[in-house]
Amino acid sequence: MSEAKIDFLDRSRSFWNPGKTQDWQDMGVDLVIDRREGYYLYDMDGRRLIDLHLNGGTYNLGHRNPELVQVLKSGTERFDMGNHHFPALARTALAEALAACAPAPDMVYTAYGSGGGEAIDIALKTARHATQKRKIISIVKAYHGHTGLALKTGDERFSKLFLSEDTIGEFIQVPFNDLNAMEDALKGKDVAAVIMETIPATYGFPMPVEGYLPTVKKLCEQYDALYIADEVQTGLMRCGEMWACTKYGIEPDIMVTGKGIGGGLYPIACTLISERCGGWLKEDGFGHISTGGGAELGCVVAMKTLEIVQRPEVRTMVQYISDYMRAGLEKIMAQYDDFFVGIRQHGVVMGLEFGAESGAKPVMKHLYDNGVWAIFSTLDPRVLQFKPGVLLTQADCEEVLRRVEIGIGLARDEVIGRYRRVA
Amino acid sequence: MEPQVRTLVEIEGTQAALTGRADMVLERARWAAEVFQRYDLESTMAVVDAVATSAHEHAARYAEWAVKETGFGVAAHKKIKNELTAHPLVDFYRDQDFVNIRIDESLKIVETPRPAGVIFCLTPSTNPIATINYKIIISLMTRNAVVIGPHPAARECCIDAANMLAQAAVDAGAPDGVIQIIEDPSIPLIEEFMKSPKTAVILATGGTPMVRSAYSSSNPAIGVGPGNAPVFVDSSADINKAANRIVESKSFDNSVLCTNESVLITLPEADKQLRQSLKRYGAYFCNDDDTSRLRQYLFHGAGFNIETIGRDATWIAKECGIRVPEKTAILVAPIDQIGIEEPLSREKLCPVLAYHVAKNRDQAIMQARAVLRLTGAGHSAAVHTMDETVAMAFARTLEVYRIVVNAPCSQGAAGFGTALAPTFTIGTGFFGRSSIGENVGPEHLVHWTKLAYNEDTSEKFGDYFGIGNNFLGPLPPAPEDGVPGAGHYQLAPPTVSMSTDPLSSITRTELRQMIAEELRGVLRG
Repeated sequence: MSEAKIDFLDRSRSFWNPGKTQDWQDMGVDLVIDRREGYYLYDMDGRRLIDLHLNGGTYNLGHRNPELVQVLKSGTERFDMGNHHFPALARTALAEALAACAPAPDMVYTAYGSGGGEAIDIALKTARHATQKRKIISIVKAYHGHTGLALKTGDERFSKLFLSEDTIGEFIQVPFNDLNAMEDALKGKDVAAVIMETIPATYGFPMPVEGYLPTVKKLCEQYDALYIADEVQTGLMRCGEMWACTKYGIEPDIMVTGKGIGGGLYPIACTLISERCGGWLKEDGFGHISTGGGAELGCVVAMKTLEIVQRPEVRTMVQYISDYMRAGLEKIMAQYDDFFVGIRQHGVVMGLEFGAESGAKPVMKHLYDNGVWAIFSTLDPRVLQFKPGVLLTQADCEEVLRRVEIGIGLARDEVIGRYRRVA
Repeated sequence: MEPQVRTLVEIEGTQAALTGRADMVLERARWAAEVFQRYDLESTMAVVDAVATSAHEHAARYAEWAVKETGFGVAAHKKIKNELTAHPLVDFYRDQDFVNIRIDESLKIVETPRPAGVIFCLTPSTNPIATINYKIIISLMTRNAVVIGPHPAARECCIDAANMLAQAAVDAGAPDGVIQIIEDPSIPLIEEFMKSPKTAVILATGGTPMVRSAYSSSNPAIGVGPGNAPVFVDSSADINKAANRIVESKSFDNSVLCTNESVLITLPEADKQLRQSLKRYGAYFCNDDDTSRLRQYLFHGAGFNIETIGRDATWIAKECGIRVPEKTAILVAPIDQIGIEEPLSREKLCPVLAYHVAKNRDQAIMQARAVLRLTGAGHSAAVHTMDETVAMAFARTLEVYRIVVNAPCSQGAAGFGTALAPTFTIGTGFFGRSSIGENVGPEHLVHWTKLAYNEDTSEKFGDYFGIGNNFLGPLPPAPEDGVPGAGHYQLAPPTVSMSTDPLSSITRTELRQMIAEELRGVLRG
C-alpha cells in the first residue's frame, strides 16, 4: 500500500467514518476508489477492478456513462435543482416518461425523493393516506433504506442501533416465500400495504417461489391492502424487462425506483403512484416537500437513463449477459461443488451461494485480489451479490468469469482446505 | 391525458451520443457473433436458407420499393438481382464449408475457421436490396454478425428489408442481433461505426469518398473503387451476338451495376456491322448534336449528373431534347477522343454508351487502358472475340481483375452467367486501391487458425478426425427463478460433428469424479 493511501485511510478514519474504514481493512479490502470509467474502478494505488457491485444497480449503465455525462453537462446550461414548490419542466417531463413505461396503466403520478429511502417513505405515507390504515407488512430481512419509515420495515440490524425500531406493532415482518404467514398478517384487514422488493437484494437475492408474488398481490386485494413494489435494484431492465414485477404478472399500486435511475451521476428516486392511491396529491399537494427530491438536473439524467435502457439493443444484451454468465458460472460451480453450492438468478440480478458460514466474505476478498469487485449480502453473508451491468461487453464478461474462477478456487482452498481437487 | 415522452435536453449529434449509439449496436452484434460462432454447419445453413427464402419471396416487393424510393433502375431487373442474391448465391457456395475444421494429413495441418466477428456494411442506393441480401448472406454463411449502414437515399426499403431478414434469421435459430441496420444513417454516425474497435471489417460498396473513408477508418476494410468498364468488340467476334449482349447488359437495370459497359471500342472493319446490329437491338445512335447535348447534360458543371443514375434511355433523351424512338433501350454516343478532354469516356451509371473506333487492336488496348486511367482501375472489362490471343492481350495489359469474354459485362463480371463468384462487391485490388482483387465472397470474411506440425517424420500427426468439431450451439437461456412457467436451467451438451472416440467424454468425466472422490476421502482421513 502506498504512503499516500496509508495517510488517506488515516484521514478517512479521523474525519469520515472510523468504523467503516477499519472494517474494510479487516476484511482485506483496502479499496479507495479513485478514477472510474465504464464498469471499471481504479483504486487510488492504480489497480483496476471490474465493478459487479454497482452500488445495487446505481451504475447499471456504467460509471460516468458518456451519454449521461453529456446530458448532465448540457442540462446545466439550462437547469439547476429547480424550485420544489412550483410546476417544473423537467420534473413533469420525467413523470410523463415514467408514466409511459410504468408497470400499471393507471400509474400516472410520480412523487420524488432525493434517494431510495425517501421515496420508500413517500410510498408508505401514500399508502397510509390512501387506506387510512397504519400497518405495513414487509418480509423478514427486508431492506428498503435508512430513513424514518423505510428503516422500520427492515432488519433490526440497522434500526436498533439508533433506537429507531418499531415498538408499537405498526410494522410487521413475515418470512419471504411464506404465503400462510402473509395471509395471517393481512387477515385483520388493518394493513395499509405490503412492501416487497421483487427480489430481496440485501438478503442475497432469494428468488420468489413460483406463484408467491402474484398470490401476495391477490391477498392484498382480498384484504384491502396496497402492494408497493420496491424496484430499486430489480428495475431498469436488470431482469430483462423494464420492471421485474411485470415478469411476475404484477401491477403494483405504488412502485419505487431509485439508484440506477440517476445514472450514478445525480441522485434521484421516484415513487410512482396510481390514480386511486394519489388522493393526497389533490387533497394537499404540499403534504410532502423535498428540496432535493426530483432536482431537475436529476430528472434530465433520469430521462436519458430511461431512454437508454429501453433501447432494443439493451434488451438483447441483458439476455446475452445473463445466459453467458450463467453458463460460465455453472462450469465453475461444477468445479468447486463442495463450496460453491448455488446460483440465484433473474437476468443480471444474481446471488452466488457458498456452503460455508459467511462463505461470501472470503470470496469477495479473493475476487478483490483478482480484480473483481462484488460484495457479500449484509443480511445473508453466505451469498455474494453478483450484479453485472446491462452494457457489460462480451470481453469483460469473459474476463469476469476467468477471474471469478480463480478467486472462488482460492476462497475454497482457504475455507475448506489447501489440497487441490482433481477435476 | 396521455403521457408524452419529450427530450428537454437534446444531445443528439454530440460525440457522446454518436459513440454511445454505435457502441451499443456493435456490442450487441459482437454478442451475436460470439454465440453464432458456436453453431455447427447444419444450424448455420438453416439460418442462411431461411434468410435466402425470405429474400427470395420478397424480391419483387423490394425491387419496386427501391425504384420508387431512389428513382434508380428498373423494378423487373432489380427483382432478378434480388433473387440472384438469395438462393442462387447460397447454392453457389453451398458445398464450401466455412464452419468445420479442415484436416490435411499429408501436410500435417489442421485449419480452424475463425469468423471475423462483426461485419460493418455500407450499401449503395443504386443496388440497395441486392447488396443487402448479398452482404447479409455471405456474413451469415461464415457465422458473422452484420450491421448495415444503408445509403440515406435508399434508407426506408433497406430498413424494412434488413429487419425482415433479421426476423427470418432469428426465427430460424440465429442469435438475436445477428443482423442489424442503422435506421438514421448520418455521415458522422457511419464514421463512428467505421472507426469503432468493435467493427472487425468494413465491407464498403458505394461512392469513392465513402470507400476511402472506410480505408482511413483504422479498421480492416474491403472497399471497392468505381467502375468504368471498357468493352472491346473485335473484328473476329460474332458481331450480332456481341451487339445483343451489350444492349442487354447496358439496359439491365438501366446500368446501375458498376460492372456495366461504359465505353465501347471497336475496329474499322467491324464498325458498320456493329452499328447496324446495335440499332437492331434497340440502341439509338446519336448524331454530333445529340452527343454534345448528352455530354452537356450528363457532365454539367463539377461532375456526373446524379439525376440520371439508373434512368431509362428515353427519359434521358427527353431531358436533353433528343428525339428517340419509344423502344430505345440505350443511347450510343460516338466519341473521337478518350481521356480527360472527353467526359463521355468516364463512368456513366445510366444507359448511355460511349462508342469509339480505334485504328487497330494495339490502339484499342491503349485506348482501353486510357479509359481505366480516368476511373475504374482494378474493376472490370469485356471482350467480344473469337481470337484467344486478343483476349489474352487484354488480360495481360488492362489494369482490371476480371475481363468477361463474349458475355454481358454488367451481369458477367458480377458472376451471373459466368463462373466468377456472384457478388455485389467487386474487389478492385491494388490497381483500384483496394485490399482484394477478386469478387468478394464469404471466404473473405473468415480467417483460419492453422495447426502446423513439425515436418519431421518422427513427429506423428494427431487424430483430428477423432476429435472433430466441438460446437456448443446457442447459449441456454438463463433461468428466471420464480417466474411462472420459467422451468429449470439445463446446460446443453455440445454437438460433435465428427465421430468421437469410444471412450466418450462422459466416461472421462465419470472417471475423474471417481478419482476425485477417492482423493477427498484419503485427505479427510
